[in-house]
Amino acid sequence: MFVLLKRIIKSGWTSFSRDPGLMLGTIFIMLIPIASITFFFILKDTGQSLISSLEEKADISVYFKPDVQETDIFNIKKQLLKITEVKALEYISKEQALDEFIQRHKDDPVLMESLEELEITPFLALLNIKAFEASQYELISGFLEKQEFEDIIEKVDYYQRKPVIERIFLLTSFTNKVGIGLSIVLAIVAILVVFNTIRLAIIHRQEEIKVQRLVGASNWFIRGPFLVQGAISGIFAFIFCFLIFAALCWFLSPKLAILFSDLNIWNYFSSNFLFIILIQLATGVGLGIISSAIAIRKHLKI
Amino acid sequence: MIKFLNITKIYPPDILALKDASLEIKPKEFVLITGKSGAGKTTLLKLILVEEKPNQGKIFFEGQDLCKIRTGDLPQLRRKIGTVFQDYKLLFSKTVYENIAYVMEVMGADENEIKRDVSQILDIVGLENKAQSFPAQLSGGERQRTAIARALIHRPDIILADEPTGNLDPYNTSDILRLLLKINELGTTVILATHDKEIINSLEKRVITLDKGKIVRDEKKGRFIL
Repeated sequence: MFVLLKRIIKSGWTSFSRDPGLMLGTIFIMLIPIASITFFFILKDTGQSLISSLEEKADISVYFKPDVQETDIFNIKKQLLKITEVKALEYISKEQALDEFIQRHKDDPVLMESLEELEITPFLALLNIKAFEASQYELISGFLEKQEFEDIIEKVDYYQRKPVIERIFLLTSFTNKVGIGLSIVLAIVAILVVFNTIRLAIIHRQEEIKVQRLVGASNWFIRGPFLVQGAISGIFAFIFCFLIFAALCWFLSPKLAILFSDLNIWNYFSSNFLFIILIQLATGVGLGIISSAIAIRKHLKI
Repeated sequence: MIKFLNITKIYPPDILALKDASLEIKPKEFVLITGKSGAGKTTLLKLILVEEKPNQGKIFFEGQDLCKIRTGDLPQLRRKIGTVFQDYKLLFSKTVYENIAYVMEVMGADENEIKRDVSQILDIVGLENKAQSFPAQLSGGERQRTAIARALIHRPDIILADEPTGNLDPYNTSDILRLLLKINELGTTVILATHDKEIINSLEKRVITLDKGKIVRDEKKGRFIL
């Protein structure tokens, strides 16, 4: 059994290596769905971690009107602490806000001079609220919109950040859906192309197949090499695809880090390379074997 | 070894290839099948190889009814037969060595055994220098010798040779006949289909003559009479 398998693999490899032009074309076509599926998985994971990191940074800043007393603010703080969804609260007084601003811009004479011109502090006291999950901010902001706080609260800036979070979420969710659809379409295209390649090989070798039968070859001794050919094409497509992705991740990682400071796709690639190998290899070999099997079933009547 | 009982073979729509043919071939026999083109020689060999099935009658090979043989058992049957085709029927994508080794590979022979036997047979048929050549790079005689080597390599019980010298010059013809006689002397049954008068007359072996699908003569030491 092992000897038979070894010979089938060897025969498949020989056929593969003796028709490099046709096989290179097949490998190139198979590269596309493998790349698309890999891209989809990387996007799904990195998108998710990007959202999580943005959500982690998300908070609600409640700015209080200038004439509001600290006791009123602490009163709201107390009420907020009773909400189980609130993870942390930080009070920043007008003075603290002013100090922070001065610390940050002390080297900017224009800003410092402008600040001195003002008779009163332009900063508002605020409460920074952090929730356990992003979805809980809606509830917290709902609480702050109550009628009773209307005279105290100047603005709640959750709504200013909300669209950014939602946009990223929508974008990744949209890309995920498109990614799945595109991967399926490209996988079907690859199956059709590999199917056609193997079909042509079968038709081209129809006479040889007849001779193989006449000299006593069993069905699997004839069919097996075609399956192996498909699988080898898949393996080569995987190797090329893996190298292309490794190179892309290596070169693009620093550039993407400028846009998204929390995104390091090279780190993602290197820490998940076994998973990526598995996905790419399974897709490549799977596509190769499935399409060869269809071609054999349809065109190789023994 | 082989028994034909009232075999009739008609190719669609109504081409009569064999009509009510009965014969028996014993082990270690050397049998010549002769007749004009279209007399039914190739069909007779195809029926033994179960490449075709008869419309009527029964064929037995080593006691096995070939009309009832299951498709899955065909490879086993064909491994007992070595066939030399007039048009060689070599595997064009494989080298001479691979063509010959293929038969042993399908039988599951050991790799060392394959190497040893293929080298030996290449030496016997004089193709040791052409082992890595593809059939397209060979002359007609070389292709035929490759086909013969392939038919012999697995030491079959019987050799079916359909016009094996049809495309060859007299030198190659006599080489191949000598080889077939030698194999027969070593105990392999040989069935040789030919319409070459000189071959038939020179061999002085059993001759079965076919005419329009009918066996018209079956002589122990026959001569070419049409």
